[in-house]
Amino acid sequence: MGLEELVPDGILTTSVEKMVNWARRSSLWPATFGLACCAIEMMATSASRYDLARFGAEVFRASPRQADLMIVAGRVSKKMAPIVKRIYDQMPEPKWVISMGACASCGGEFFDYAIVQGVDTVVPVDVYVPGCPPRPEALIYGIMKLQEKIDRMKLRPAPVPPASDQSAPIA
Amino acid sequence: MPATETSPEFKTITINMGPQHPSTHGVLRLIIELDGETVVSLKPVVGYLHTGMEKIMESKTYTKSLTVTDRMDYMSPLGNNMAYVGAVEKILDLEIPERARTLRVTLLETMRIASHLVWLGTHALDLGAMSMFLYCFREREKLLDLNDMVAGSRMTPSYFRVGGFFADVPDTFVPAVRKFVDEFPAALAEYQNLLTKNRIWMKRTIGVGVLSAEDAIQLSCTGPTLRGSGIRYDVRKAMPYTGYETYDFEVPVGRSGDVYDRYLVRIEEMKQSLAIIRQALDRLRPGPVRAANQYLFPADRTDVKRGMEELIYHFKIMSEGFRVMPGDAYFSIESPKGELGFYVVADGGPKPYRVRVRPPSLIHLQALEPMCIGRMVADVVACIGTIDIVLGEVDR
Repeated sequence: MGLEELVPDGILTTSVEKMVNWARRSSLWPATFGLACCAIEMMATSASRYDLARFGAEVFRASPRQADLMIVAGRVSKKMAPIVKRIYDQMPEPKWVISMGACASCGGEFFDYAIVQGVDTVVPVDVYVPGCPPRPEALIYGIMKLQEKIDRMKLRPAPVPPASDQSAPIA
Repeated sequence: MPATETSPEFKTITINMGPQHPSTHGVLRLIIELDGETVVSLKPVVGYLHTGMEKIMESKTYTKSLTVTDRMDYMSPLGNNMAYVGAVEKILDLEIPERARTLRVTLLETMRIASHLVWLGTHALDLGAMSMFLYCFREREKLLDLNDMVAGSRMTPSYFRVGGFFADVPDTFVPAVRKFVDEFPAALAEYQNLLTKNRIWMKRTIGVGVLSAEDAIQLSCTGPTLRGSGIRYDVRKAMPYTGYETYDFEVPVGRSGDVYDRYLVRIEEMKQSLAIIRQALDRLRPGPVRAANQYLFPADRTDVKRGMEELIYHFKIMSEGFRVMPGDAYFSIESPKGELGFYVVADGGPKPYRVRVRPPSLIHLQALEPMCIGRMVADVVACIGTIDIVLGEVDR
């Protein structure tokens, strides 16, 4: 049954790019990084009923150095913004950011002196998930959208102007 | 980011815990001074989630300000709603219909259970019991379904209004609550089976984070943090609100004031909440859910379509809101964390002149240092879990 029938010889042909993208999108490791209400919904997404493990993204890592997905779950205050940036910088490449909820995306209902009006002013965001807080289904949909985005990634980096004499490979 | 600072005289090391740390329940930052592995001093640094909520409520109408309160203690949003609308209702001197009062008690107690479930799940997770987290969230989802049912939102329902409710609960609500009340004792027994006599759990919690009754009073602790130390104080009994004086329930207290006693107190509180919900459902009768004050709620939809006066009134209340006579009031409730109070000053306009919150979490945070001093650094995690802080409420 299943794969054995489809691939009787045990050989598949694909491109390295597709295989790498498949591996990357199927095992996203989010950083354990919650800010406010949305963090509880993020926990609910990974817990019993919604079970984020079905999408391969359940391994929440306590250290940003082991994570490749940052879910900014909650409002980012001006005091917290440098720390968000620092956590993002600590994550190894390739890395992605999901802005979860209205506050992280645009400040939400808190248009005041304390809240950063959108975390995209601090870190580059790949997927915005609306809602206050978004339901777990919405977060799962956001992760699936991110997976589609990863599927379209190119292994070859964008052409860069030739450097003078340094031939260091581009990561 | 360990900022180490060693001095040859004292040989202590200062470490920084948070604001991004899996066990700080949000964005709490602690500066801990250690002698070896023993905590010498511990200073919480707050403000990483400061939102300016009290200030922003001054620029919103009384009804819109309600939505801000949801996002303070997001484990029990309806509790915050209650404390806020209670303060405004106290200024207005409103009579709330019996059905609305009973429904409020039902919803507040479901929120207490939901909040305690998050506490139990994350507290046990911090101490290494991963499965508790999954079990607790399984039951919590059923309570969030109730929020979803009455208000259409899982976590931030904003369901209470000044003067009762905007709309009655759907017909499916009471059977759903009854189903939960019938099912939950089995789940509670399961949790206790996993933890109460668990040797690892007992070793990690008994004798850890001891807070004496005197210290708890001196630090103005309330809620389970105070009751774990043996003081029988509960706002529902001391200053009853929304009809709690007519319900029959016990206030559980601990003896030694350690993490384990506070765990037992909260487990018992969930059982008492179930008893209150049962009583509330039994006395629930059909009736109005809005106070008999015609200026608080929009006009009936059919009247708006027929009458000019109603249309004008509808436009006014939707754009400007209702006005509250000058006055001030402090109203406190027994939130799952402790005594949550709202102080509202009204100046006669449609927006609050000033709102001040007494958040139990912020006050309990100062109990962290006396709990942790002299203990191992691993016990700090147990102590953070046991005071059950929510950073949204600490920083506001």
